[in-house]
Amino acid sequence: MPVITYREALRAAMREELQRDEKVVLMGEEVAQFNGAYKVTEGLLKEFGPKRVVDTPISEAGFIGLGIGASMLGIRPVMELMFWSFSYVAFDQIVNNAGNIRYMSGGLINCPIVIRGPANGGTNVGATHSHTPEAILASHPGIKVVCPATPYDAKGLMKAAIRDNDPVYVMENTILYNDKGEVPDEDYIVPLGVADVKRTGEDLTIVAHGRAVITSLKAAEILEKEHGVSVEVVDLRSIRPLDEATVLQSVRKTHRVLLVEENKPFCGVDAQVAYLIQSKAFDELDAPIHRVSSIDAPQIYCKRLEDQQLPNAQRVVAEALKVLA
Amino acid sequence: MATPAVLTHPESLKRPAGPSEYAKHPINAALSKEDKIELYRKMARIRHFEQRCIRVYQQGKIGGFLHLYVGQEAVAAGTISLLGKHDHLITGYRDHGHGLMVGMGMNECMAELTGKATGCSQGKGGSMHYFAPDKNYWGGHGIVGGQAPLGTGLAYAVKYLGHKGSCLAYMGDGAVNQGAVHEAYNLAALWDLPIIFVIENNGYSMGTSQERSSAHPGCLAKRAEGYGMAWDVVNGHDVYEVRAKTSAALKRAHEESKPTVLEIFTYRYYGHSMADPDKTYRDKEEIKEYREQKDPVLLFEKELLAEKVLTPELSQAINEAAMAEADQAAAFADASPDPTVADITKNIYWEEDHRGPQTTSRGTIIFE
Ligand SMILES: Cc1ncc(C[n+]2csc(CCOP(=O)(O)OP(=O)(O)O)c2C)c(N)n1
Ligand SMILES: [Mg+2]
Repeated sequence: MPVITYREALRAAMREELQRDEKVVLMGEEVAQFNGAYKVTEGLLKEFGPKRVVDTPISEAGFIGLGIGASMLGIRPVMELMFWSFSYVAFDQIVNNAGNIRYMSGGLINCPIVIRGPANGGTNVGATHSHTPEAILASHPGIKVVCPATPYDAKGLMKAAIRDNDPVYVMENTILYNDKGEVPDEDYIVPLGVADVKRTGEDLTIVAHGRAVITSLKAAEILEKEHGVSVEVVDLRSIRPLDEATVLQSVRKTHRVLLVEENKPFCGVDAQVAYLIQSKAFDELDAPIHRVSSIDAPQIYCKRLEDQQLPNAQRVVAEALKVLA
Repeated sequence: MATPAVLTHPESLKRPAGPSEYAKHPINAALSKEDKIELYRKMARIRHFEQRCIRVYQQGKIGGFLHLYVGQEAVAAGTISLLGKHDHLITGYRDHGHGLMVGMGMNECMAELTGKATGCSQGKGGSMHYFAPDKNYWGGHGIVGGQAPLGTGLAYAVKYLGHKGSCLAYMGDGAVNQGAVHEAYNLAALWDLPIIFVIENNGYSMGTSQERSSAHPGCLAKRAEGYGMAWDVVNGHDVYEVRAKTSAALKRAHEESKPTVLEIFTYRYYGHSMADPDKTYRDKEEIKEYREQKDPVLLFEKELLAEKVLTPELSQAINEAAMAEADQAAAFADASPDPTVADITKNIYWEEDHRGPQTTSRGTIIFE
């Protein structure tokens, strides 16, 4: 199987969908002539031309709203946000318009839009550019949110998102763009709402999403080598729809749980996952659930400190040992 | 494309750069020899600070984004040189030049870039988020256009407090297409606020030329007419012209409490940020032409040499001192400590930083 980067996997997904369906349009700041601020869309303007791959002014509320409107008439816009942090200037469009239109029309109107871009910290760019809005957005019924951690999932989830008939928000990660992994050449999708056990284990379940999965896998290695602990890592992949069954199955196997996410803790995704586990598998637990999230503060600029503010392997290992104690 | 056939650009920009037509403008004629030397010195300091930043970045000590101001110095220098006690300013992420102009020290500015506790924001803000409220400088804002409503609010507060003052809200030629900017324009005009929206038109927003991003009736400033606001276009390579035209807008703000949109034509020599390889969207020749023919620091030096205000020796001394100051700032940043992990959760809430009888809330506000 070809080994390609996360960035190339996303690009392959978009290229294949642009080929498959002429209603698919890519749009965003610098996506066409500049080949993307992070080069995710590199070469697509050349291949598909300016009708399919469109540069926009710096008007997120305008162009995201435009994409939502176009999707109501059957266009399948794939809108790039240079950072998900910039979605905040388009919040009304993203939440109120895209998220409510099917419901408020009594099911008459589809909104098959994809909004994608990086949503992560760890790049030393300060508080305004380091938001991880998956929890905020997933808290709105009507919206779907996915956070791929690997190249394979990036391609499969992106294709599923583009084919979906509801708004799907794909949260990528600039730090993962160069990560490599096996990705099939052929057409496949990763269905929305299906978690993936990235590592099997017996003693502890770590539930994570996005880059926190990679961090957790590193921590799992350390826990095995240095502490003789067998860790299972469940990658949610999709925040909403949430794959409750896979999470609960793992909890029933290990009976101990650590939740890891890059969000800030308050009202984070893992607050919901913790509730899920205590409501549906309370009797399975041998220890209280613990969490590792970003330290609860706006993102600090200083890189050395930001690396400590984010979940890192050391913090995950330390917290895992508390769950196991 | 919607770009009209007739472009409304500054007259002086249509001719090759020569001696400033605004040297004798009263606002410039009023400058003493010392004032002029000081203005030149400030421009040179911005230039050398920024160029020193490039080296610190290349040494890997500055990470993230670094947006340089080199080429645009006359905009911050000209406008800010006019400001008084109740004049405020706010800008986007290309914010170092404005910071040095209001009197921030090179040390605190450099230390912020390397994320040190001695930085102007204690290593918490970074390159895009400088602040010096004690000097009426309200940032340093990373989200394009987000500062325009804030600037309008500063102008509102100036008026509310009964001060004879203003706010200068700077933005780029790409930022003008944010909805927030248009909402701010309307509020400023509707409520007669003493604000100057300064568009620093450097021709590009990242890799997008201005022609590819904006529909307009001849120039970006002219959009002001839709709101009944005054506007002007300015040659941003000539610090005297910047001062002359800004002074008229300031007068309008101070005396009539009316807003203005000023579009100042300028140019950036380096990529959008240090992360931009700057290879695809503009000609090397274009950059060369600006550097050689329209450099604001060189043009002002020439002007002052001709006026016999500067001598080559004095100019050299000023430049060497600015370079030495920037070197020293880099050393200061190197020697400074990082913030601590405990610092991460400071400065989030006033009451957390000032626990005491005034604390009004009892619940948990910072979470594990
Ligand atoms: C809302 C928002 N969208 C996009 C960006 C990313 N971005 C940062 S600067 C920039 C270009 C801005 O260009 P311009 O306004 O001309 O200012 P200049 O950089 O030329 O000073 C873009 C797209 C951002 N920071 N905020
Ligand atoms: Mg610009």
